[in-house]
Amino acid sequence: MNPVTDTSGTAVAQDSFSKSAGRQLLIYALMSIAGVGLLMVALSWASSLTGASAGSQVAVDPKLNMITLTLAEEPPQLNSTLQTDTVSGMVIGHLMEGLLRYDHNNDLAPGVARRWENTGTTATFWLRKDALWSDGVPVTAHDFVFAWRTVVDPANASEYAFILFPVQNAEEINNGDMPLEALGVTAIDDYTLKVQLARPTAYFDKLMAFSTYYPIREDFYNQTNGRYGADADELLYNGPFVLSRWVHGANLRMEKNLNYWDADRIRLDVIEFPYITSDQNALVNLFTDKKIAYTTLGAESLETALEKRWHLNRFMDGSVFYIEFNFRSHRLTHNYHLRKAMQLAIDPAELVYKVTKIPGYLPAESIFPVWLRGVDNFFREEYPAPKVTVDIEAAKRHLAIAKRELGITEIPPLVLLTGDNPISNIQSEYYQGAFKKHLGIDIKIDKQIFKQRLAKMTSGEFDMVLAGWGPDYDDPLTFGDLFASWNLNNRGRYNNPELDRQVHIAQTEIDPRTRMEAFAEIQRIIIEDVVVLLSYERGVVYVTDPRLKGVVRRQAGADPDFTNAYIVDIAN
Amino acid sequence: MTEATFDPKDFEPIVHTRQVQSISRPSLSYWQDAWIRLKANTRALVSLYIVIGLMAFTILGPIVWSIDPSLQDLDQISIPPGADREATLVQSYIPWDGTTLLEVSPGLRLAEPATTQSVRLLWDPIDGLSGYRIFRNLFPVGPERALGLPLAENFSSRDVAFEDRLDLRPGRYYYSVLGVNESGDESGYLETLVVNVARVITFDEALSRGLIDETADLKEGDTLTLGLHPLGTDYLGRDLLARLMSGARVSLFIGICAPFLFVAFGVIYGSAAGFVGGRFDQGMMRFADFVVALPFLLFMILFKIVFGIGPGESGIAPMLLAMVILLWPATARLVRGQILQIRQEAYISASQLLGAKTNYLVLRHMIPNTMGVILVTLTFAVPSAIFTEAFLSFIGMGVAPPTPSWGSMCNEGIKTMLTHPHELIFPALLISITVLAFNLLGDGLRDALDARMRSTE
Amino acid sequence: MLRYSLKRLVQGVITVWFIATATFIAMHSVPGNPLANEKAVTAEIRANLEAKYGLDKPPFEQYLIYMGNLARGDFGISFTQQNREVNDIIREHFPVSATLGILAIVFAGLGGVLWGALTALYRNRLPDIVIMFLVILGISVPSFVVAAISQLSIVNLNALFDMSLLPVAGWGTIWHMLVPSLVLGLGTMAYLTRLMRSSMLEIVNADFVRTAKSKGLPATRIFTNHQLRNAILPVITVLGPSIAAITTGGFVVEFVFAIPGLGRYFVQAVQQLDYTVIMGTTVFYGAFLVFMVIVVDLLYGLVDPRVRLE
Repeated sequence: MNPVTDTSGTAVAQDSFSKSAGRQLLIYALMSIAGVGLLMVALSWASSLTGASAGSQVAVDPKLNMITLTLAEEPPQLNSTLQTDTVSGMVIGHLMEGLLRYDHNNDLAPGVARRWENTGTTATFWLRKDALWSDGVPVTAHDFVFAWRTVVDPANASEYAFILFPVQNAEEINNGDMPLEALGVTAIDDYTLKVQLARPTAYFDKLMAFSTYYPIREDFYNQTNGRYGADADELLYNGPFVLSRWVHGANLRMEKNLNYWDADRIRLDVIEFPYITSDQNALVNLFTDKKIAYTTLGAESLETALEKRWHLNRFMDGSVFYIEFNFRSHRLTHNYHLRKAMQLAIDPAELVYKVTKIPGYLPAESIFPVWLRGVDNFFREEYPAPKVTVDIEAAKRHLAIAKRELGITEIPPLVLLTGDNPISNIQSEYYQGAFKKHLGIDIKIDKQIFKQRLAKMTSGEFDMVLAGWGPDYDDPLTFGDLFASWNLNNRGRYNNPELDRQVHIAQTEIDPRTRMEAFAEIQRIIIEDVVVLLSYERGVVYVTDPRLKGVVRRQAGADPDFTNAYIVDIAN
Repeated sequence: MTEATFDPKDFEPIVHTRQVQSISRPSLSYWQDAWIRLKANTRALVSLYIVIGLMAFTILGPIVWSIDPSLQDLDQISIPPGADREATLVQSYIPWDGTTLLEVSPGLRLAEPATTQSVRLLWDPIDGLSGYRIFRNLFPVGPERALGLPLAENFSSRDVAFEDRLDLRPGRYYYSVLGVNESGDESGYLETLVVNVARVITFDEALSRGLIDETADLKEGDTLTLGLHPLGTDYLGRDLLARLMSGARVSLFIGICAPFLFVAFGVIYGSAAGFVGGRFDQGMMRFADFVVALPFLLFMILFKIVFGIGPGESGIAPMLLAMVILLWPATARLVRGQILQIRQEAYISASQLLGAKTNYLVLRHMIPNTMGVILVTLTFAVPSAIFTEAFLSFIGMGVAPPTPSWGSMCNEGIKTMLTHPHELIFPALLISITVLAFNLLGDGLRDALDARMRSTE
Repeated sequence: MLRYSLKRLVQGVITVWFIATATFIAMHSVPGNPLANEKAVTAEIRANLEAKYGLDKPPFEQYLIYMGNLARGDFGISFTQQNREVNDIIREHFPVSATLGILAIVFAGLGGVLWGALTALYRNRLPDIVIMFLVILGISVPSFVVAAISQLSIVNLNALFDMSLLPVAGWGTIWHMLVPSLVLGLGTMAYLTRLMRSSMLEIVNADFVRTAKSKGLPATRIFTNHQLRNAILPVITVLGPSIAAITTGGFVVEFVFAIPGLGRYFVQAVQQLDYTVIMGTTVFYGAFLVFMVIVVDLLYGLVDPRVRLE
């Protein structure tokens, strides 16, 4: 046989073979798709058994009066005595209410207390009778006494116990030196709460809006067997919303609390949190896809937001960021002239305008942020901070003095301790470049995960550390006592008797002007003695769905606040 | 018939030679044979060239392109490849007092020519307002009133000046000023100004970047050309090409060194176990089984935090160590199997009978005969090591800043993939090319070195 | 068979013990303190917290207590979520990761076999070239890049059709599972496709196939019974190890798509130095993988008569 025809013959056979085999393959493919489909149905049924079903699919639902949001992370727990992070703070702020609260103008307003009085040594609160727990039982003064005792109980190990220290004997109890009953708070009757203060505390009423001061009902707390706040049904609510679902790590759902005394004020019926993520791409994608009604935007998403023609908002979250120096005597940063040289060489404006690139960030000029109130006006307008202007020549002169004083010819590399979030990365890299460029000082970046960074901060293994401070309450003291020698958060062990004296005045005086003058002194010392290298006051850019109105942002307290939010139905 | 003619030479005796059967082809060693086969495989060969090219990029690149990868050019942040580099010289920044030298015209106007250093805006006070909000957009405001970035808020109707310094780039901006009334709501007052921003650079910056020297006779308003960045820059204005090269040193170092180390350890461990045999072998292999059972990525993360990264360290060493600790058993098992197999071969017994010592056996027979398998394992281990590094960078457990690696650059780039795609594309492309090249090279090597594992293509 | 299974089981338990010990040692040599927090606390509170987690005892005693609890299946209480048990956390998050993993493996396995067979059938023709190009992408592009790009594609797709075709992120319905598990299985699918293709090509002209053809058997039968069935064997062999890679490789996908799986939880726990969660998760995953390997081995012995278990 002719070999040529032979090949073509097999080619034809081969072709018909692959054709029918291909058809067979197609059948298998269709079968697989059907099988996978069935498997997926089965799996989704199985997962619905564990309750991990997502809630809503729309950002704003005018019919159900519902909005959909995201949480940056899972709240560790919703026990108000143990809460430390901002996410739990936001959630608890929607579920609970203290004696006082902040209203939509961020002014202090009556909460569970309808009236109050602060004489400086004692504070008295008269509770409203219509304030109820979500199970219908009235909120009484005893609930506050119990909650506060729990906070200062050393066995409860609350990290925020210090915020109760203005109450008489709180510090002693927390140190284990006194019994719980010695706490200076008493329920005169069910609706009158009297607080003995350890020292005159001008800002005590502002503390009442802080979540650590929220009430807890004793019988319910005991019945949860130490799991208070661990799940939606192990919490009792007295705030605008109740938590009707909490699938850990997956989603939460808040519903309007019908037993809330001021329920008429609350206009939303449901808030869904079906996504827990802080990934910027995911957030922008979800918002673009109209799945969430609110998101913050990072610098990297701003151009996208402009392209999509979103209406952007800007807000300063109230925290201040800076580089803390280590003042332990074996560290070079102990030297004033070295610190001064660094202060004169760095322009926070460059960091803010070129590196962080988010409108709302402000180059920091003082440890006290611009939003703090002074006597009659903003504190910073009444007491402007001493100006620091960049002067490389002067910086070099200080550097020369520093070298002479330290007896070295070259500054060895300094260790800059930093966290592992992206913003710290960029910042530390920027500072490394800037110090090298202007002063020829080498910086070693020491990037550590959260807990390891804290351990190193506490033990003093750093020359400089990127740090920041967010306000706990609406008074300059929340920033003012940071560098007092006894403050455990003063990680660099800065010790200046004059600063300590001023902090003491601010803590114990009642007269606003005297206090503000003390803060002005603290401000001056921190800048002139270069206690820290100021970076920026943090801002955020966020975008809300055009149909969602009334979102309130605030520096101290639950933020963002959706309790006053409402939906406007824009006719298409 | 021709007559035969003889000459005396014909009667000389033939020189006695031992005629050996001739071989049609020269004898080839195992490696020569493998090399010929590899050369025949185009894909593998191209991959080999790519690998060599990557090495050259890593080692020779920084010599050719000698820009410091950590040098920040804050005048050129996140610029794409081939961007315009013309800039005008200006004085250093002087804070603004809110006055203008330009001709006064009504409405929203510029107080000074707009530059990348600052844009200074003035407008006329409107009575009855409590303040103004200032916005900036890259796109026209349009009917939906998309005003853009909220830059600032002035809290007085008399406060009618604003200076913008935020991340200014050469190009067109749309500035809007919106009035705010007493109740804090938007009033009807809205004015928009189109501003063309020119790129500028200060004398100090130009000097420190070496764009001009002290003696240069340049004055304000002269133009000059900024530093060249062929592949653009990253979020701190660092040269992307230089960073890719420097990142290659990290990624390829981890990608090649880690497999080399754990394969070497695996070879020693496996051959020791296989050669000694018996109970010793049993014990050693059981331990290897334990290590195999450790969940790889979980332990990788765990070891990363156990070893920690000290100040100023890049974190490469802990990553290498963690990989070696976790990945050696696979090679050890493979080599042990090979050694056990080879021990059975007749030529080993023959060699032993001829009095070969253990060392000789291992070095002459065992290792060379397992070399092929080891080489293939090594090549295939490179891509997974590179991926592991990239993965760790993604979850924030990679190399410490400012050390770049392709993985960490990808992770940074992914955040801005819509607006500055070049920051993602280049590192991702390099990872892909490297991984692909090593995979195809591995295929080729396997085909060339190991007849049994040869695949049909 | 039974004896062999028992033996493997005992080995498995010892392996899990090894994993637990290794994790314990690793965890306790980490610098830093899991109880440190942003706000500094007094010595009294610190002591109380340490007592709560037993950190005040000497390490060896802690080890014995930990092993004792482990034997009873108790992983302890989380450090960051101070009133939740690690067992609860695993019970809530592992099913999500497992669902994702199972789907990814099914996608990878089926996809690999089908694509591989297809490319072998249409060797060097268009389907082959297209699929092999995709395979190359699947093998060489880092998974987080693929995940991010596919999420962006969903958004654009939804915007294009102006309706919600596929969810962008989250978890809960069938549609939430589709894209993440495809992305998760992509790498393995690419690898299996390549394997299947070369394995098919080897068999196309094998003697028994030619015999079958010359006997005049129908093409579909030759294809199914002679080619596919034999070519699939090497694919099944590598499927076992792939399970491990996929289940622990879910981190990236869980991050990008905001899926409440155990992988994402683990990474967060590491950042918070949550000892008990880290140890619990690692030991749980380790044990899971060890027993998966045993099960796969046993099943393989049942499927392939050439493999004899001893």
